[in-house]
Amino acid sequence: MKDSYDILVIGGGPGGALAARTAATAGYSVLLVEKRPAIGAPVRCAEGIGKEALAEFIKPDERWISAEVTGAELVAPDGVSMKLASEVAGSKVGYILDRKFFDRELVWQAAEAGADVMVKTRASAPILSGGAVKGAVLEYCGSRKKVHADLTIAADGVESKFSRWCGIDTTIPVREIMSAAQYLMTDIDIDPSITIFYFGNTIAPEGYVWVFPKGNRTANVGIGISGKKSGPGNRAKDYLDRFVADRFPAGKTIECVVGGVSVCRPLESTVMDGLMVIGDAARVVDPMTGGGIYNAMFTGRLAAEVGARAIADGACTKEALMPYDEGWRNSPLGKAIERNWHIKEKFITLSDAKLNAIIHSAKALDLKDFSTISLVREIIKRNPLLLADLAGLMASIR
Amino acid sequence: MLRAYSIKMLKIHRDICGYCGCCVSICPEGALELIDAYLEVDESCTSCGICAKVCPLGALEVMK
Repeated sequence: MKDSYDILVIGGGPGGALAARTAATAGYSVLLVEKRPAIGAPVRCAEGIGKEALAEFIKPDERWISAEVTGAELVAPDGVSMKLASEVAGSKVGYILDRKFFDRELVWQAAEAGADVMVKTRASAPILSGGAVKGAVLEYCGSRKKVHADLTIAADGVESKFSRWCGIDTTIPVREIMSAAQYLMTDIDIDPSITIFYFGNTIAPEGYVWVFPKGNRTANVGIGISGKKSGPGNRAKDYLDRFVADRFPAGKTIECVVGGVSVCRPLESTVMDGLMVIGDAARVVDPMTGGGIYNAMFTGRLAAEVGARAIADGACTKEALMPYDEGWRNSPLGKAIERNWHIKEKFITLSDAKLNAIIHSAKALDLKDFSTISLVREIIKRNPLLLADLAGLMASIR
Repeated sequence: MLRAYSIKMLKIHRDICGYCGCCVSICPEGALELIDAYLEVDESCTSCGICAKVCPLGALEVMK
C-alpha cells in the first residue's frame, strides 16, 4: 500500500471491483480496500442476475455459477401460480451466482489489471480539504494510515458510511428499506431451472419470498418485508421461518444471512468534489426486484470511466464528475430504476385479492416476454377493474 | 461518559446480531456503524427505535 493513488475504491463487492478493474485497466493507480477479512463473504444476496446483463461485464464461468435459470414462477396469495418462460426456446434467461467465488473473480481481475487490494482494511474517515475529498484514513489490524487519492469511490454497500461522513445524506426511509433474511437450504424439492416468487400480505408484506435454485435440491430461500411492517414476532426471520415450516419442513439450512435492501430512489447526487458513490451505497438497487448486482457493476464501471477522464483533465471537481451522475440517470438502468420505483409504490398498496386477480389474469396471457414492464402493461390492459388502482402507473410505462 | 450513556439507551444483542448493516442504513443520525463483524453505536443515538424495528433478527433493543 502506497501513500497516494489516483483512485481509492472503498468496498470490494461487484461495484467496487468493476470500478477498480476499469480504472486499473486504463492505467491509473488504484487501491481497493475491503473492511471484511475476505472478499465475497458473507454473502448478503439472493445471487440472481440476467444472462445478458452479466455478459456486459464478464464471461460466464461455471466456477461461480450455481444454476442457470430458464423461467420464473409467480405465486399468488391464494396459491395459484403462473409461469414466465424464456422467449427463445432453449435460451437461458439468467444465472444464480455463487457470490463467494464471483466476487473473488472480479477482484482478482482488478488485481491482475494492476490494482492494489487490501482486505480487513476499513476507511474510518475521509480526508477533506476545502470541501473536497482527498482520500481516506485507513485502519488495518490496529494501524492507521492516511492514503491520499485524487478520486475516492464509495462502494461501501447498504451500510455505507463514507459518503455520509463527506456530507451526503444516505438515510433510507423506514418504509423503503426491505428487511431481509435468507437461508441456503438443501434437501428440498425444487425445480433447479426455475426461480419462484411468492406474494401476499400474510406471506411477505410489501415484499416477496424468493426461491432461487443453487443446484439440485438446494436453493436460496429468502424474504424481504417492508421495514415499516417489521417488528417483534413479525421480523423477516419470523416470516421466513413460517414460510419454510410450511413449504420446506424437511429442508436443512446450511447458511443463514440477513440484510437490508433499499427500494428508495437513488441519492439526489452521487458525486461531489473528489467523490463518487456507486452501487448499493448510491441506493441504485432496482426498487421493484431488489436486484443490485448489475446496477453496482454498471455504476462502478461508469464511475471509473468518468473519473479517469477527470483525473486526466487535471481535476476531480463535482462538475467534472457530473457526467457519471447524469450518465447513469439517463441510461436504461437509471430509467428502469425510476419506472420500477413507481411500479413498486403501486405494488405495495395491493390487497391480497388484487394480487390474486393480477396473477390469475396474467396466467391466462401465456406471456413469452420476461420483463416486468410488459407484464404490468398486459395485466392493466386486460384488467379494467384494476385500472382504477393502477391509474397513473400507465403514464410511467411506455 | 456520553458513549456509555448512549450504549445504555441502545442495547446490541451481539449473540443475535447478524452484522448485516440494515440498521446502519436507516439510522437518521448516522449513529450506527458496522465495523467488520460487529456493530457500534455512538453518542449521537437518540433512542428513536427505528433500528430496533427494522432489524431482521431483533438484535437491537431500546432501553427505557
